[in-house]
Amino acid sequence: MQPILEIRDIDKHFDISGSLLDQLRFQGGKLTRQRTVVKAVNGVSLDVLPGETLSVVGESGCGKSTLARTVMGLYQPNRGEILYRGKRIDHLGSTAMLPYRTRMQMVFQDPYASLNPRMTVRQILEEPVRFHNPSLNRDEVSDRVAEVMRQVGVDPVWATNFPHEFSGGQRQRISIARALVVGPEFIAADEPIAALDVSIQAQILNLLMDAQEKLGLTYLFISHDLSVVQHISTRVAVMYLGCVCELATARELFTSPRHPYTQALLSAIPRLGGRAGGHVKLSGDVPTPINLPPGCVFHGRCPHANERCKRDIPARLTLPSGSVVACHAVEEGRI
Amino acid sequence: MEPLIQIKNLRVDFALRSGTVRALRDVTLTINKGERLGIVGESGAGKSVLGFSIINLISKPGRITGGQIIFKGEDIAKYSLEKMRTIRGDRISMIFQDPMMTLNPVLTIGTQMKETIHAHRNVSNREAEAICLEKLRKVYIPSPERRLTQYPHEFSGGMRQRIVIAISLLTSPSLIIADEPTTALDVTIQAEIMDLLLELCETENMGLILITHDLAVVSEVTQRIAVLYAGKVVEIGPTRQIIDTPQHPYTQGLIKALPQMAGGKRRLNQIPGMMPSLRDMPSGCPFQPRCTERIDKCIHEIPLLTPVEGGGQVACFVRQGGM
Repeated sequence: MQPILEIRDIDKHFDISGSLLDQLRFQGGKLTRQRTVVKAVNGVSLDVLPGETLSVVGESGCGKSTLARTVMGLYQPNRGEILYRGKRIDHLGSTAMLPYRTRMQMVFQDPYASLNPRMTVRQILEEPVRFHNPSLNRDEVSDRVAEVMRQVGVDPVWATNFPHEFSGGQRQRISIARALVVGPEFIAADEPIAALDVSIQAQILNLLMDAQEKLGLTYLFISHDLSVVQHISTRVAVMYLGCVCELATARELFTSPRHPYTQALLSAIPRLGGRAGGHVKLSGDVPTPINLPPGCVFHGRCPHANERCKRDIPARLTLPSGSVVACHAVEEGRI
Repeated sequence: MEPLIQIKNLRVDFALRSGTVRALRDVTLTINKGERLGIVGESGAGKSVLGFSIINLISKPGRITGGQIIFKGEDIAKYSLEKMRTIRGDRISMIFQDPMMTLNPVLTIGTQMKETIHAHRNVSNREAEAICLEKLRKVYIPSPERRLTQYPHEFSGGMRQRIVIAISLLTSPSLIIADEPTTALDVTIQAEIMDLLLELCETENMGLILITHDLAVVSEVTQRIAVLYAGKVVEIGPTRQIIDTPQHPYTQGLIKALPQMAGGKRRLNQIPGMMPSLRDMPSGCPFQPRCTERIDKCIHEIPLLTPVEGGGQVACFVRQGGM
């Protein structure tokens, strides 16, 4: 199957060194200039297939949100290519990008921050329709808006209300409506339910899954909540410190995780009716993405690390099950 | 079992300009010595207010307007601020959600820890330092001597929360109230902190009130669970019973809504609607507008907690036989 989106060897680095004066350091009697670079995403390659939900999981700072924003063209990658239906889009200017904007949409985490508080729901939802379809008349636009509002379960009579008059769950429905209103085929959802209560999370997840079924949508789903990811994903990519360490189908990943980091991550999921104490313990903390460790980024905390892990960056290895793992220990058959 | 704290008909009101918000309405709870109790509920259910009110940390315009909190035979809800300080941070400690907000960024860890000890114990500086080191070792902080001279920003999020736990242990309290202690942390760190809390409670025979929205976390650590909805306890019982055979329709809905409980089905169970505003409560049972099993009585009368089989209590007319 032809992928809808191809991410090829993407790097995204942020220069946080500040002004020239901030960069100057006095070292060994000499004035030197030092740049500080946050390496948020490093050499990530992923294909998203039409109609699937590809989830990206990882802990805070692993680069999963940066990846989604780079895919959407909100950040320019430092290296690598992003292809949408076979066409390269990462280097396009804002005008050339326009036709893709109606096909690719994004839903953000915080519905309190991502809706303009000074616009009514109608204005929020009509703006993208008018912008992308200038030929539509007023009635057609408001019909489209009403249709999408009904679809996400917000009564169109509330269209004249402002975002603050809605609860968090309702606001997230409006955010989803804003993404759906231009008729996209691909949606990048960055932690869309992280800010919501449990009983509301289920409502929004059901809404996302219903919309996918009805409209044939493809999702790039960013989340740190592994039990949610297990439920809604077709395939899952696990990120650690800007690198994808394992990519597998949801079933394969949750039943037989191969990468040591995936194993630790899965064992840390709190289980209803389980008992604390049985979690795989990782030594140390996540290193900063400013000074990436050499070799495998996980070697400092990995119980299976050896000399090679400290030296060489592991290559992606495709296993007979179809999973892709970047780990020397798996490659050498040590685990 | 000997009760450690008995909360009886506790009421907390917030007198706002727009009207009085009744955050807790007749909450009755007992926590026994060395017991781990979980308090779960959605945002706005009043679970943090309950935790705060035990050590009287409710700030204006909030106020305890009724009920008792019995600790060691005395009603500490009536204590003056001065007297409360002999209990707060000494016999009962609290751990908050965000360790970066709890620790003072301009003081070293050692200064902050010793300050706590000196506030409650008449000991020399050397003795205080020895207690600090002992507690830091208990929470598995490597090389604690060096760490005492460092500032909070030199620690990672998980380490900071360990420090906060160490501070709460300094006076060997009989109860720790932990308000969403791992919500700001990653899942692997959350697992470490929960393992640590569980271990400490067991080795020190300490009581724990764990306040969280995460049912799975609570179920791994506690022995009993109280479910709060719109300022009322709607169900309380042994953890296993609450998880395996929840009685109240709200508890049932909450557990069924978890992706872990979907059991292969794609659609998740959802509770329709949302929690009512505390300003504008429905008549009768607070859950009745969302309840699928509502009977006439639910709209007119407020159900009280009544014992059910297995040692739990539930506030629901339908479960009590519709009488």
